[in-house]
Formats: sequence, structure tokens, C-alpha cells
Amino acid sequence: MKIAVCVKRVPDMDVRFRIGTDNVSLDEGGLKFDINDFDAWAVEAALKLKDKNAGSEVTVISLGPDVVQETIRKALSMGADRGIQIKADKVPFDGFAIAKALSAELKTGGYDLILFGKLSPDSSNGVVGPMAAELLGLPCVTAISSLEIANGKGTAKRELEGAQEIVEFPLPAVLTVDEGLNAARLPSLKGIMAAKKKPLEVKQAQLPEPQVTVRKLELPAERKAGRIVGEGAAAVPELVRLLQTEAKVL
Amino acid sequence: MANVLAFVETRGTDVRKVGLESVTAARMLADKSGGGEVHALLLGPPGIAVKASQIGQYGADLIIVIEHAGLANYSPEVATATAADRLKSGSYRAAIFSTTAQGRDLAPRVAARLGVGVVTDVLSFEIEGDSIVVRHPINIGKVIATIAIAARPAVIAMRPNVIAPAQNAKAGRVENAQPAIDPASARVKVIETRQGGGGKLDLAEAPVVIAGGRGLKSAANFKLVEDLAAAFGNAAVGATRAVTDDGWRPHSDQIGQTGRLVSPQLYIALGISGAVQHLAGMRTSKTIVAVNKDKDAPIFKVADYGIVGDVFEVIPALTEAVREAKSHH
Repeated sequence: MKIAVCVKRVPDMDVRFRIGTDNVSLDEGGLKFDINDFDAWAVEAALKLKDKNAGSEVTVISLGPDVVQETIRKALSMGADRGIQIKADKVPFDGFAIAKALSAELKTGGYDLILFGKLSPDSSNGVVGPMAAELLGLPCVTAISSLEIANGKGTAKRELEGAQEIVEFPLPAVLTVDEGLNAARLPSLKGIMAAKKKPLEVKQAQLPEPQVTVRKLELPAERKAGRIVGEGAAAVPELVRLLQTEAKVL
Repeated sequence: MANVLAFVETRGTDVRKVGLESVTAARMLADKSGGGEVHALLLGPPGIAVKASQIGQYGADLIIVIEHAGLANYSPEVATATAADRLKSGSYRAAIFSTTAQGRDLAPRVAARLGVGVVTDVLSFEIEGDSIVVRHPINIGKVIATIAIAARPAVIAMRPNVIAPAQNAKAGRVENAQPAIDPASARVKVIETRQGGGGKLDLAEAPVVIAGGRGLKSAANFKLVEDLAAAFGNAAVGATRAVTDDGWRPHSDQIGQTGRLVSPQLYIALGISGAVQHLAGMRTSKTIVAVNKDKDAPIFKVADYGIVGDVFEVIPALTEAVREAKSHH
């Protein structure tokens, strides 16, 4: 099988973000970056299929400036075979522009399966996978939490609100990966060494003019400090009174 | 003046609450843009058409009803083609979807067919000149982005529970139509929709969410959480990532950065320390209550009301008190 996985470099979320002086981007000073978790699970899904299907090849693709090569190398160190950087000065917010640039590359690859994470936590929009699928005219299943591929056909499970869907699809197809599909393997030392020698092509992105643009970033209003009502079960009557008379939610 | 299309999410022959929120949001947007019409798109199996009058009550001028035996389950390709064809056929200013598993799947596909961008998880919207300007949380809700959508139609997926469905009766004309493609011809087929636990409320839609963390100590102890939810009668049960990773609850119950985003009227965190990954999924809740034995737990920094104590003592007492309070209504 020929499998492509599109990955994104994202900042660690466990920090207090600062808005840049331009008010439309974040101050990246001090931020730590790594591959998006959902994308790591997509890489893992591709590697599992490769393990089962001899002769498979996994290509990792990332759009962005040269620093995304680190993210591609991370996936290569997990076991992917080759990387492609779609070079752009910055990654726009507009998922359609990203999908355009990625699909231009993806359509030339003859892939049986194209995988994306379902969402990246930075832009939190979650649209690039299904948009690329439409641009490629391929069947698409989003946010899968299980996957079986056999005889050119796939079956996947999607988590809905309070329910699950079981979905069948033909290959080639585009899938986006949810949490719960797998646990991503850690790169071995051998994998890290091997990744340095794996091919990584650089191609120029063709990004259309964005139609969706960030005008302003701001930190949300802090929740006003709450209060400790009391200790133990003895505090319950007072809590219930506050929920009824003050918060008016009971 | 231009019209707004609202996609009404259904499951089986039921209209979901988010579907009515979508119609309400479309009504607000049409009114703000000078009084265009709201056209509601309602797809489903035979039996869905009777819901059209309800949708008219929430402000739809026209309900486009597409009843087909092949639409018992969500069909991404049929819904995409039908919505995209409709949007291409008229001068729509915007199309409103819901930020749900279905809406997240559908809105970007429709937008791509139209060659326009899309913003999901939208908290609010305004019209400013030629753009529709929306607020959308980024970086797991730690930053709020104000985003201008220049494209027409502007494709927007609203976060559930930020706009309450509001009655605003309009003519509600009904147009019966066919799906844009034959459901039998779709390549991707949902062969089954498995309902989780009989009729329980969904996390994204429930006015009250009660979530448990590691402090509950075992899967069996979630019975206490379920009992408290039952006492409320309008509550859904959620969990932290630690709990779903341990298999105490299904992944679909996880509230947080990699799981579900909820904004209920009341959020009760039980035995939850308040890791940043969890706060990302619930910090926009209107009122937050936390019960934790550690008075320094970070959850108390976002909670409106906290009780420091043992969840195994506090939950049964709270369940009893809520039952008592509800019985007086």
C-alpha cells in the first residue's frame, strides 16, 4: 500500500500564551513544538498497515517553513519512509488554502490511503482532511476510532455524540484520525539514526489567497474567582441554595 | 439582502437540538444582514417531513425537506452534494452548520465544493461591511481569535449550546425535494448507527454535565455520578482523559483538549484535579461546581463554587439534595 500522512507542527498547549505585537499571531518565544497528537496517531495507523502489508510505503507531508522538517523527521524516526515539505513562510488559518496546497501534492502520489489527524489544537478548526478529500474527489471518513482494511475496502468506527457509526468505504480514501484508534509508538534510537538518512523533498507551496483571515487574537476573560462553599457533605445544603438562588441553574 | 441556509441535524427521524440552534443562528444572521430569508435543509428517512412545522416555529421561512429511505443513517456524500447544490443555486450570504461529529464532517466538505473557507466551533458572529466576523477559540480555548470571512457564502459551524433555540415563527413554507445524488450510489456508507445507552442525553447538548475524574477510584464508582445525573434529569455524564484512558468510561465521554468540548449551564467536576487538557473542554461552562479533597487542586481556580471533601461523602448527599429540590418543582 502507498500511504500518505499529513502532519502539523504545533506548540505544546500546557503554557500561558502571549499575543504577538501584531495582535494576529502568537509570541512564539519559549514555546515548545512537536507533532500534533492526532497526526502522530495517524502516522501510527499508517505504520500498523505497513507492518501488515509487505512492500508498503509511508510518506509524511507537512506544510510550513523549514522548521517543519523536524516534525517530518519525527515521523520518519517512528518508521515512515520518506518526507515532503510543502514550503510556505507560515501556515495560514484558512483550512481551504492549506487543503489546496496539500491536495496539489497528494494528487500526484497515487496513494491508496491518505491520513490526517482530525484536528490540530492550535487552529482548532479541524477542516483540512475533509476539504482535501473533496478537492481530490476521494471518499472520506472523518474522526475514526477504529480501522480495518481488507481487499481494497475499509471499515471504520466514528464516535458521535452518544452513539457510534460503523462506516464502509472503498480505497483510495482519505481518513481523519480521532483519539482512541491507537497509541503512537516512540521513536527508537535506531529509528532516530535511520531517519537522518531518509529522503526529505522540499517543494514550494502554491497557496491561494486566503478568504478566512485572523483579524485579532485576545486572551479570554479570566473566570472570576470562585469560592469554596465549605467542607464535606455539610456544605451541600449551602451549595444547593447558591445553585438555586444565585446561579439559578437548579 | 440575502438568504441564509441552515443545515438541520437529524438522527433517525429526530431533529437534534443543535438543528434548532442552527435555525436560530441563521435567523439572527439573516435579520442582522437586513432581513433575508432562512432556508432550512432537512434530510432524513421517511417520517422526517413532519418536523418541518417545528422548524418553521424557530424562524425558517422555507424548509427544504428531503425524505428518502436511504437516509436512515447520515450519508456524508448525499448531504454534501445536496447542501452544496442548494447553496450554488441561490445567492446565499451564509450557511450555518453545527460543530458536532456530523457538522464537523459536513461543513468543510460543502465549503470545499463551493471553493470557500470554513470556520468551525464558532462562539458568536457579526456582520462588518462585506465580511462576516466570527469568534473562534484557538489553542484549546486559551486564545480567542476574531476571524473575518470574506467568502460568499460564509460557511460557519456553530459551537453547540452557545445560542439557545428561540421561537420566532415564520411562514415555514415546505418544499419537497430529492437528494442531489442517489443514496445507493454513495461510496462511503454508514452501515449502522449504534445508540449509546438508551436515550441518554448527549454531552454537547445537555444543560447539565457531571464529570468524574481519577478521584472516583474505579469504573464501578461512576454509578454515583450516574445517580447524580439521574437526580437532575437533564444531565449527561462525562469523564477526564485519565478515566477514559483507563477504560473506566468510553473515549466518547472524554471532555477536554482531545475529546469533547462542552458549554453547559451547569458543570459539576467530581474528583477532577483540573489539568489544562481537561479545562480546555469545559471552561466556557456557565456555572462550574467542583468537589475535590485537595483544596489546592487547580479545578478550584475555575470553579464558581467548590466543596473541599471526599467525593464518596459529598456525591450521595448532593444527589439526595438535588432530588429533594427537584421534587418541589
